[in-house]
Amino acid sequence: MSVIYILLPLASLLAAGGVAAFIWAVRRGQFDDLDTPAVRILHDDEDEDHPGTP
Amino acid sequence: MERFYRLRQASPGEARRARTTERAYAEFDDEVFRNLYYRSLADGTQSVEFYLEGVHCAACVWLVEKLPQVRPGVIESRLDMRRAIVEVRWDPRAVKLSQIAAMLDSLGYPPHPAKDVKTRQIRREENHRFLIRVGVAATCAGNVMILSFALYGGAGTEEQYSRLFRGASMLFGMVSLVWPGSLFFRGAWAALRTKTAHLDLPIAIGLAAGGIAGTVNAILGRGEIYFDSLSTLVLLLLVGRWLQRRQQFWANDALELLFSLTPTSARRLENGTVVEVPIEAVQPGDLVEVRAGDSIPADGNVLEGESSIDRALLTGESRPTGVAPGSTVNAGTVNLSARLLVQVDAVGEATRVGRLMRLVEQHSRNRPPIVQFADRVAGRFVRVVLAVASISFFYWLWFNPTQAIDNAVSLLIVTCPCGLGLATPLAVTIALGRAARRHILVKGGEVLEALNRQGVILLDKTGTLTAGRIAVVSWSGDEGVRPLVSALERHSAHTIAQALADGQSQIADSELPVSDVVQTMGGGIAGTVAGQRLLVGSPQFVRQQGCRIPPAIEAAERETIAVTATPVVVAVDGCVVAVAGLGDPLRPDTADSLDCLRKLGWKIRILSGDHPEVVAAIGRQLGIEGADALGGVSPEAKLAAVRAAAIGGPVVMVGDGVNDAAALSAASVGIAVHGGAEASLAAAHVYLDRPGLAPILELMHAARSTMGAIRRCFAVSIGYNLLAGTLAVMGIIRPLTAALLMPLSSFTVFALAYAVRTFGDGKR
Repeated sequence: MSVIYILLPLASLLAAGGVAAFIWAVRRGQFDDLDTPAVRILHDDEDEDHPGTP
Repeated sequence: MERFYRLRQASPGEARRARTTERAYAEFDDEVFRNLYYRSLADGTQSVEFYLEGVHCAACVWLVEKLPQVRPGVIESRLDMRRAIVEVRWDPRAVKLSQIAAMLDSLGYPPHPAKDVKTRQIRREENHRFLIRVGVAATCAGNVMILSFALYGGAGTEEQYSRLFRGASMLFGMVSLVWPGSLFFRGAWAALRTKTAHLDLPIAIGLAAGGIAGTVNAILGRGEIYFDSLSTLVLLLLVGRWLQRRQQFWANDALELLFSLTPTSARRLENGTVVEVPIEAVQPGDLVEVRAGDSIPADGNVLEGESSIDRALLTGESRPTGVAPGSTVNAGTVNLSARLLVQVDAVGEATRVGRLMRLVEQHSRNRPPIVQFADRVAGRFVRVVLAVASISFFYWLWFNPTQAIDNAVSLLIVTCPCGLGLATPLAVTIALGRAARRHILVKGGEVLEALNRQGVILLDKTGTLTAGRIAVVSWSGDEGVRPLVSALERHSAHTIAQALADGQSQIADSELPVSDVVQTMGGGIAGTVAGQRLLVGSPQFVRQQGCRIPPAIEAAERETIAVTATPVVVAVDGCVVAVAGLGDPLRPDTADSLDCLRKLGWKIRILSGDHPEVVAAIGRQLGIEGADALGGVSPEAKLAAVRAAAIGGPVVMVGDGVNDAAALSAASVGIAVHGGAEASLAAAHVYLDRPGLAPILELMHAARSTMGAIRRCFAVSIGYNLLAGTLAVMGIIRPLTAALLMPLSSFTVFALAYAVRTFGDGKR
């Protein structure tokens, strides 16, 4: 059970890492537009095999 | 292109025909435009933001983002579908922006330089900060919850682990209170300083009491720590507020982007040739050409050309006014019939529109504040809770001193108005979201609060009650000549002629042979249609031509003048057979909408810049008599009228023009109607992106049901608080019960807020 003395700070550090990643993502504008990326995934890149046919 | 249509079919929304304008966009390459809108990037490329017309589905994203492939030199184009903003990055050595713009136009998306990029940027950063707070609050709440599970599950029985877990809970709880939770403390402090009631106050008291008691207990290793409840509370409240804010940001963005649609170019005469330049480049002394149908870019004097201009948006006048060399014209008016050459004498802030906008700015700040229902309740709530807490404290001090502080603190925490804090943002967010789907853009939630009460509603006439354009409103005499008149009038570009031609769209009159057309400026038009000699014009002109007017027609003419319509008489082969009345017709739904508003308890008045007789006539048609139908009101007088009416209660101002802007911003709720001027959009709190007054009624009903929902949420939430408070005063509340009761009340509020049928959704 005493392993908790290591695990608890470790888990907290992981949580802090998660928060840091989230802050980075927000500042990069990842959450600014929630609609268009959902649509963008529909456009696959098959066109690149046929250049010049938009 | 095959893929375009496949995607287009796969995505919802009705198919619309692409609209192209075939403009050259030469002004986009101008120096002034470059300084205003271009952003130079480090790698030598440039970027610009365009607001695109006609973006509506997934295929649009595909097409717009394919731009680099169809136009070499464009490096990237990224579309934000919801806002219809595309950010284009290009290599200025390979391609000009005007070429890119023309390409977008040819694809069916006429581009407009996006204005207010700064404001949107500030808003985006604010949203980022708020989102980070929510993220931190969520992390804290989640971790405290895990620790609490362990504590409630039995980890607390062993002294050493119990201390560790409680310490860790305290750490996360304090982070939550100090970082994301500081919002509530700041709000409460501001409320205290300004001595106003605000919902943040009871929330801050609860959070502070819980935080202090929890810390003391965690350090001393006894009693309850409250961090599980506190961090959940902070998270839920923040989520509610963030949702509301996001909705409002979106509505504001959408509204401001509409400004981008206003014309950005002017045709300037440089050494005898016409050059398209950005409006910002026009200087006093410049000569500009204004074609028929264009809006006039600046204040100035007419040098060349005779035309009529529509000043409805600037002054509220419904009839076009004629201009000739020497006449003064203002920015924001529309040239209707012929080309004009204008010498500019004022631009930007110095124009009449600019001066009116300054008035708007001055008065938007001192608008009568709307005290939100939640804050009013909060004021009373704080007093009751503090009173009960101190009674409880002294009672227990008397009987069982060790319990006194604990019970008082737990009372403060369990009565912390979480549900109360959630109810308003949730209900308002849902209402605003549903309104936006019905093309009603609302800038702030307090609008719903004001619309729920009853007061005075002031309506502009031209463009609001009426259609804002000239049309045939009456016809007496021979109906059979109407197709002939229509065929003849198609040969003229005059506004009255167009109104007469439009009145007869159903009948195929285009095949009627028309010859010998003679137009007389300010008089009328003559011609031979299907073998008959027709003369259409003002009664005076027709009399001058020696036509006989029968007594019945003369009576009809007087009647037409009596209802303030402009009479136009029709003579066939030298004998007058009919008289048409021309005016600005009422919108078809106006009368019904006003009746409904009256039934809702609103007092209706008209406030118009048009001629008093015209306003009185419209007022009579709508049952608004005497001093309630005011005409000839200047923008400043409109503002004064709104301020005078505001003393008695909420004032709603509905208008469309620049002349209404100041009044719109000073009213409790300013509503700009469809087709309004940019100035009115900027000043108003609500914009109806659909013609007619019916959306106002919808909004009023929505306000009513939303406020109903808020009240129900409050009742439930206060019910929970009463129950928990009673248990706390009696000292029998268990920490686990409290921890369960609080989120339970929040979730009930969530469910209630979502269940409300804001616009009667689902009933129809």
